[in-house]
Amino acid sequence: MNTIALGLGHARYETKVYFRQGDTVFFTFLFPVLMFTIFSVAFSSTGDFGAGPDGKGGVDAASYYLPGMMAAGLLLSGVQNLAVDIAVERGDGTLKRLGGTPLPVVSYFIGKLGQVVVTSLAQLALLLIVARFAFGVALPTEPVKWATFAWVYLLGIATSAVLGIALSRLPRSGKSATAVIIPIVLVLQFISGVYLSFSQLPAWLQNVASVFPLKWMAQGMRSVFLPDSFAAAEQGGSWNLAGIAIVLGFWLVAGLVASRLTFRWIRKDA
Amino acid sequence: MTDSPPHVSVRDLTKLYGGSAALDGVSFDIRPGETFALLGPNGAGKSTAIEILEGYRDRSGGSVSVLGVDPRHGGLDWKARLGIVLQSTGESGNVSVQEQLSHFASFYPDPRDVDEVIAAVGLTEQARTRIRKLSGGQRRRVDVALGVIGRPELLFLDEPTTGFDPEARREFWELIRSLKREGTTILLTTHYLDEAAQLSDRAGIIASGRLIGIDAIDRIGGADARTPIVRWRDANGVHEERTTEPASVVARLYAATGGEPLDLEVVRPSLEEVYLALVGAAETGKEPA
Repeated sequence: MNTIALGLGHARYETKVYFRQGDTVFFTFLFPVLMFTIFSVAFSSTGDFGAGPDGKGGVDAASYYLPGMMAAGLLLSGVQNLAVDIAVERGDGTLKRLGGTPLPVVSYFIGKLGQVVVTSLAQLALLLIVARFAFGVALPTEPVKWATFAWVYLLGIATSAVLGIALSRLPRSGKSATAVIIPIVLVLQFISGVYLSFSQLPAWLQNVASVFPLKWMAQGMRSVFLPDSFAAAEQGGSWNLAGIAIVLGFWLVAGLVASRLTFRWIRKDA
Repeated sequence: MTDSPPHVSVRDLTKLYGGSAALDGVSFDIRPGETFALLGPNGAGKSTAIEILEGYRDRSGGSVSVLGVDPRHGGLDWKARLGIVLQSTGESGNVSVQEQLSHFASFYPDPRDVDEVIAAVGLTEQARTRIRKLSGGQRRRVDVALGVIGRPELLFLDEPTTGFDPEARREFWELIRSLKREGTTILLTTHYLDEAAQLSDRAGIIASGRLIGIDAIDRIGGADARTPIVRWRDANGVHEERTTEPASVVARLYAATGGEPLDLEVVRPSLEEVYLALVGAAETGKEPA
């Protein structure tokens, strides 16, 4: 129980530090909102997306881009935030110092996950508020849509967070952390239907993207925020919620195992 | 006190990196309440030794016991009894001194009072300042504060006063003396020999991975190393003579020159001179091999 109490205390501390870090607030927290605003404004006069031959059934740019940006928020708050943050903490001696204290490793991770949950919820809330009130996007009213949103969010953010922890081993130093992590995250966003319409990508690229979790998070968010008529444009012609759960579940387990195997307070004898 | 088991016990400690030995058969004990200084040139193995005791590094051979526990298997209860001030200053940019100490205090079962610790390291005026805005010396004091916040039984100080101005060092010494009075056992590494002489009860000198001297501060190196030196000047320059009978040398000089010898002084080698002689002998003794 003490482990959990210490973890919650660490989460408070981590969240406080997160919002004091100008660059993370911009590149992780506000970035999806910023991109959403740019895309929604830029394509506001393009006409409706996904309209049928009769010109009906489409949605405007803001409605169309909202689900992708929600998914991007999950990826940034989890993967980019934690991979960079932990790599920097390893580089600047923070982990070494914590490793010399009686703070349990589990509490440290409860702290990180708590920070991710709080900041990602705030980020998604901000996105929804901007979408609803600045761009007049109609949000779903059916409870079943919000239930889908809840599990896609929970599974998505958990997967993102553990993959972020696992990827934090990749940069060789704290200084190179952003240079190593951001390109990975950026490429994933381009091929997974965040900035570019997924259905317009060539089939082979869709297949590549389908290996990674972001494509499935974005698909889950589309199933919540886009009309059901859009399901026909998906791979296989349906939202494939079961597929989303299976792929994200696989990455969650893989990330947990990788984190468990690779995390050390310090590189011993390095 | 001498009957209770030592807080630190090191026997034949060896650490190999590749083929070469960073530590080669080092043995020493630190008794409860004692302040022990580990001295030696850069790269001699001081930090390797201290990091093995702290549990950060694995050893290649020998046995180590810290507060009765092998550091390789030290758990959270064991860590709660230690205070560690690492050689490099940690980055903890975006929190204030007070926030950082309160947070670290929460890790320990019986922490010291945060404001008292801040006062003890002389940062009361900076308590609400972000750590990254502090000077290097002030940040080092935050490191020390974080090391003692958990009320440790055993405190590791790895070159704690590097970058301090003389006044800050004096204040730091006072802090260490007060911890000593409370019974804290301290293992200190330092490049400042006067600091070791001021603070520690005993010292060990490491050169090239070997312990080449270990004793009370005023006995280390043996009696010979402390033979006084008579120094004076005449027309031919400065002369010095090492002697166990300095008074008779001075009397002889007085008789020979028929008056006060110029710039006469009788000195006992300081810890620094003893240290330099020991390290120098260890290094030249090694060369023919």
